[in-house]
Amino acid sequence: MLAAFFSSIAAMVILTGTLVGIAAALVGTFLVLRRSAMLSDAISHSIVFGIVVVWLLTRQQSGPVQIVGAALAGLLTVFLTELLVNSRKVKNDAAIGLVFPVLFAAGVLLLNLYARDVHVDTHTVLLGEIGFVWLDTMAIGGLEVPVAVVWMSVVTLVNAVFVGVFYKELKLSTFDPELAQALGFAPTLLFYALLALTSVTAVAAFDAVGAVLFIAFVVIPPSAAYLLTDRLATMLALSVLVALVSSVVGYVLAVRADVSIGGMMAVVTGLCLGLAFLFGPRYGLLAQSLRAWRQRHGDELRALVVHLHDHEDTRAQDEENIVSALEQHLRWSPRKAAAVLRRGLAEGVVLREGRTLHLTAKGRDLARELTEPWRRAAA
Amino acid sequence: MDGLLTLLGDHTVQNVVLGAIFLGVTSGVLGSFAVLRQQSLLGDTLAHAALPGVCLGFLVAGGRELGFILAGALVTAVLAALLMLVLTRRSRLKTDAGLGTALGFSFAVGVVLLTYIQNTGDAAQGGLDSFLFGQAAATLRSDLWIMGGIMVAALALVAAFWKEFKLVTFDPLYAGATGLPVTLLDVVLTTMIALAVVVGLQMVGVVLMASMVIAPAVAARQWVTRLEHMVVAAAAVGVVAGTGGALLSALVANLATGPVIVLTASALVLISILAAPGRGLLWEQLARWRARRALRGRQVLTTLYELSAEHRDPHYPAERGTLNTFHGLDTRAALARLERRGLVQRVRHMPDEGPHWELTAAGREEARRTLAQLGAAEA
Repeated sequence: MLAAFFSSIAAMVILTGTLVGIAAALVGTFLVLRRSAMLSDAISHSIVFGIVVVWLLTRQQSGPVQIVGAALAGLLTVFLTELLVNSRKVKNDAAIGLVFPVLFAAGVLLLNLYARDVHVDTHTVLLGEIGFVWLDTMAIGGLEVPVAVVWMSVVTLVNAVFVGVFYKELKLSTFDPELAQALGFAPTLLFYALLALTSVTAVAAFDAVGAVLFIAFVVIPPSAAYLLTDRLATMLALSVLVALVSSVVGYVLAVRADVSIGGMMAVVTGLCLGLAFLFGPRYGLLAQSLRAWRQRHGDELRALVVHLHDHEDTRAQDEENIVSALEQHLRWSPRKAAAVLRRGLAEGVVLREGRTLHLTAKGRDLARELTEPWRRAAA
Repeated sequence: MDGLLTLLGDHTVQNVVLGAIFLGVTSGVLGSFAVLRQQSLLGDTLAHAALPGVCLGFLVAGGRELGFILAGALVTAVLAALLMLVLTRRSRLKTDAGLGTALGFSFAVGVVLLTYIQNTGDAAQGGLDSFLFGQAAATLRSDLWIMGGIMVAALALVAAFWKEFKLVTFDPLYAGATGLPVTLLDVVLTTMIALAVVVGLQMVGVVLMASMVIAPAVAARQWVTRLEHMVVAAAAVGVVAGTGGALLSALVANLATGPVIVLTASALVLISILAAPGRGLLWEQLARWRARRALRGRQVLTTLYELSAEHRDPHYPAERGTLNTFHGLDTRAALARLERRGLVQRVRHMPDEGPHWELTAAGREEARRTLAQLGAAEA
C-alpha cells in the first residue's frame, strides 16, 4: 500500500508540489503580512548563487550543506541590501533590485563556466523539474522515497514547528513590532529567522519548481487567503488549502495539456487568488459592489421617506408628496424615481393613492431615525 | 589590441555593440524615471512578465520573429502592471504582494507556454531559451532596426513630455494640482519601464533585465544631482556596461551575455557609490578624517594656549607627554602639522628632558581666535 503510494509518479509529483506549497505558504503568510513579499523574489534568485558555489565546492546537489549554503546566500542578500540602504545612497526598492541580480548573475556565470553538461543547468534554475522528482530516490524504512519528497517533508516540518512554537511571538512582531520590541521578543531576530527559513525552503523547493516559480508559491496563496479572512490562524489554514488545491488541480491540468507541471501549479494558485479577489465574502470585488449597491438603495429609500416626512401635514404637501415631485424636486430620473418608489411600496414604507404618496407607520419611523436621531438613542 | 580591432571588424560583434548601445541608452534614460519614482521592483515584475509575451509572440508569428516577440512582451508586461494596479487598488493587498503576485503568476504562465511550445516540437524553439538569459551573439541586423526604433521612440517620448515627466516624478501632488493628467502620465511612465525591459530581452533576458533598468540609473545618481545630467549619465553607464559586457561575453565562449552585462553594470554602481566625487562613501570618509584631524590640531593648540595662560607665561614649554595625557591620545602628528604651519615651535627646556613645545606669536593669535569663536558660539 505505502510502497505503491511512493512508487506512483502522480502521487509523488502531487505530494512534492503540495509540500512546496505548504512550506512556502507557512513563511509566505508572514512575509505578505509584513509587506516584505518582494524579499522572497530577492532570496529565491540569490540562492542560485549559494547552490552553485556549494555545488562547485562539494559536488553535492542536495542535503544539509546545500541548505546551509543557500540559507547563507539568502541572508547575504538581505544583509547586503540593508548595507546599501544604510549607506543612504540608494533607496530600499532599488537596493533590493541591485543586490539579487548580482548574486543570480554570478551564479549563472559560474554555471556557464564550470558546470557545463551537468544536472544543474540554467534551464532547471528557472523552471524546475517537478515531473522528474521520482527519478532520484532514497531508501527509508524499506521504501523507495523520492529525495525531493524527503527534503521537502523535513523543511515543511521545520517551518510548521517554527510557526507553531513561535506563533504568539510571530503574531505580535508582525502586527505590532514596536510592542514586540518593548516586551523583549526580539522581532528583528525573529524576522531574520523567518528569512533564513524562506531561503531554506527555496533551496529545498529548487529542484522541483526552480528559482522563480517559488515566488508564486510564497506570495500568491497567502495573498489569496488574506483576501478571505482577518484572522491569522485562518489565513495560515487557507493558504495551505490553496497550496493543496493548486498542486492537485495544477498537476491534472498540466498532464492533460502536456506542459510544465510546476508552472501550471503556480498558474492555479493565481487562479485561486483571482477567485478570492472576485468572490471573497467580505473583501471580494463582488461583495464590495453588492455592499455599495445595497448602500445606494438604502440611501435612496431613506431620501424618499425623509422627503415625504418633511412635507407631511404641511401646506406644500399636495405638491411635494406626489410622484412627479420625486423627479422635479429630488432631481431623479423618471426611471430611478419609479424604481425607488417600487422598492418603497414593496418594503411597505410608502402608500400610493393616485398621484399622492403617504408614509406608512414603518416609513415614518425610518424617517424619524434620521431626522430625530435622539429618539433612537432614547429607545 | 589587435585582437580587439579584429573583433570590432567582425560582423556579429558590430551587431552586438550596436545592440548594446541601443540597450544602454534606452534602459538608462527610462530607468532613471523608474528609480526616482521608487518603482525599481516594478521593473523586476515587468521583466519577468515579459516571458509569456515572448512565447505568445513566438506562437503568433510561428517562429522567432523579434518584432512579434517584443510586441508580445510589451503587451504582457503592461498587462502585469495593470494586474498589479487592479490588485492593489481594488483589494486590500499591498504593493509588495501585488508585485509578487503579478510577477509569479505572469512568469508561471510564461513557463507553461514555454513548455507548450517545446513539447509541440517546433524546430525553431531553440531561439526562445535565449530570451531567458540573453544571447547577444544571436542579434541579427534586422533585430537592430527594431531595437533602434524602440530607442528612438522612447527618446522622442521623453523629449516630448520632459517637463511633465519631471514634475510627476518629483512632485506628483503639485503636478495634479496644476491640472496635469497624473494618472495618464503614470500609465505612460509605467509603459516606458515596459519598453526599457523589452529592448533588452534579446541581450540580457527576462530574468536579469530588471537590473539593467535599475543599475545605470543608480550609478548615475551618485555623480549628478540634476535630472538632465542623470539621464545622460545613466545612458552613458548603460552603454559602457552593455558594450563591455557584450564584448566580454563574445570573447569567452559560452558565456551568457545577460549576466556579464549585469555584473559590469553592478560593478559600475559599486564604483560610483564608493568614489563619486563629493557623494561617494570614500569621499565622505576622507572628509570625516580631515575634519577630525583639523579638530585635533585646534584642540592641541588651545590646550597649549590655556596651559601658558594658566602659568602666566606666554612661552610656557609643554612636554608632549603632558599633552598626550591631557588628550588621551598621541599628539605627535598634530604637533608636527602645527609646527609646519608655524604655530608652535620646539624648545629645549632641560638638558636631560625631551623636546618641549611652545606657541609662536602666530600660534597665540590663532588660538585666541579659535577660543573667541567658541566663546561666540557659546554666547
